Amino acid sequence: MAAHAALSQYLISGLTTGSVYALTALGYCLIYNATKVVNFAQGDFLSLGGLLFYSLLSGLGLPLVPAFVLAVAGVALAGALMERLCLRPARSRDLMVLIFITVAASILARGLMKTVWGKQTLPLPSISPEIPLRFMGAAFTPQNLWVLGITLAAILGLKHFFDRTLTGKAMRAMAANPRAASLMGIDTAGLTTLSFALAGALGALAGILITPITSLSYDVGVLLGLKGFAAAVLGGYGSFAGAVAGGLILGLLESLCAGLLSSAYKDVLAFLVLLLVLFLRPSGILGVKEGRS
Amino acid sequence: MLEVSGVHYFYGQARALSDVSLNLDRGEVVSLLGMNGAGKTTLLNILSGVLKPTRGQVLLDGNPAPKGPVALVRAGVVQVPEGRQVFAPLTVRENLEMGAYIRLKAGEKAAVARDLERMLALFPILGTRIGGRAGDLSGGEQQMLAMARGLMAAPRYLLLDEPSLGLSPKVAAEIFRVIRDLPATGCGVLLVEQNALGALSVSKRGFILTTGSIRFSGDPADILRDAQLREAFLGQACQPDLSRDGQTDAQAGQA
Repeated sequence: MAAHAALSQYLISGLTTGSVYALTALGYCLIYNATKVVNFAQGDFLSLGGLLFYSLLSGLGLPLVPAFVLAVAGVALAGALMERLCLRPARSRDLMVLIFITVAASILARGLMKTVWGKQTLPLPSISPEIPLRFMGAAFTPQNLWVLGITLAAILGLKHFFDRTLTGKAMRAMAANPRAASLMGIDTAGLTTLSFALAGALGALAGILITPITSLSYDVGVLLGLKGFAAAVLGGYGSFAGAVAGGLILGLLESLCAGLLSSAYKDVLAFLVLLLVLFLRPSGILGVKEGRS
Repeated sequence: MLEVSGVHYFYGQARALSDVSLNLDRGEVVSLLGMNGAGKTTLLNILSGVLKPTRGQVLLDGNPAPKGPVALVRAGVVQVPEGRQVFAPLTVRENLEMGAYIRLKAGEKAAVARDLERMLALFPILGTRIGGRAGDLSGGEQQMLAMARGLMAAPRYLLLDEPSLGLSPKVAAEIFRVIRDLPATGCGVLLVEQNALGALSVSKRGFILTTGSIRFSGDPADILRDAQLREAFLGQACQPDLSRDGQTDAQAGQA
């Protein structure tokens, strides 16, 4: 019975962090599909989301929902600005150059966040009061449900956007063939900016959802961002379904590893998985194999 | 009328086009022939706004053409790129919708739906694969899809880059038949082709481009009749079957 309860406990906490990895991985995918760039500032979108949410709630005293919406919109704007002000002016098609620009943007963003919010850990409240809940012997809080629910809503929203809306289809067309897309009159520059904004919004969601559980500081996104990257690689870099699967699998593995072996190895696991995937199956679980278009 | 006048283009130091002038009317198919590297695709890219001419200008209905591919598509100038370039992971239907992207954005849903039906009538094979991934189509089907996708933009001028490349003679003939009938619907066609005979058979006029300059322009029949032009500018590709099929094709086109 105790083993049973422990297992459901691992599952719930694994799915919770896994959801956050999935949101982060989706952010990587969005930008990769639009530009083939790996955005190393994706983790900083998480930090910024949490920090903005904190300031809007505690600093300005806004109610929960407006603070939530404004924080997500704020990071979306930051994402769009990053594309417009850092990547586009480079006018480079060299991916190495563009990727290093994202590294620079990440360092710059972290410095700015440290200046504005300081180095200390900030107390970000949960979305709803922390009433302990029980399910199949496992204890959890409403925050776990918020994480799962909002992640699910975000995934369904993205799916609807890409499958049903004209702009979403145009973004898929651009990902498949940017040159042909622009010959169809698709505004590829505008859609690239939109991809960064969406990636920012997803990062903000992840940050707002996870930092009440972990902790909030200007650099909380660094490790989470890297783990989200590992999840994206595990799922097959660029594949949306892969990002979700990779995120959940990684979250579950971490939680099981922490529970059954030792929590000391928890953070190593993501990178072990990353290495194994790169050695054994670089295309990931759902990715497209090299050589197939 | 879509025209380029006195256009020069340089890739860095390398001259790709030199003082090229050419025009296209809505009621005609015009062939642009020449060997690899002659500058045909460069010229198409200039007409569709992908490249900006180093010197000279592009005119649309007598005025300077709008800049950039998005504005040109909106103005009715649509390029179908070489090598099909369909959106492989998207369905056939979604590919066709993307062709009409600008019109759908402008809210022309009903007209686009009508045109989609028209495309499926023009290329019935696409109708049978409408929900399938475009990347799973055969080469010929992809070429038909690429053309149908271009036509979904309701172009006044269609720029086709090597539409028969790599196709079986039967499928190529079908493509040329569709091209021949486009001017009647108010769509002028500029046809860049390696398959000179096929192209000339459906064209009202032909241009031959060699190393960046127009060397000949005029009646397709003159190109086919002139042994020197044939040999010098169209290459060996069309030599073997010139004696029989070539002539009959050309005559069929003029008839």
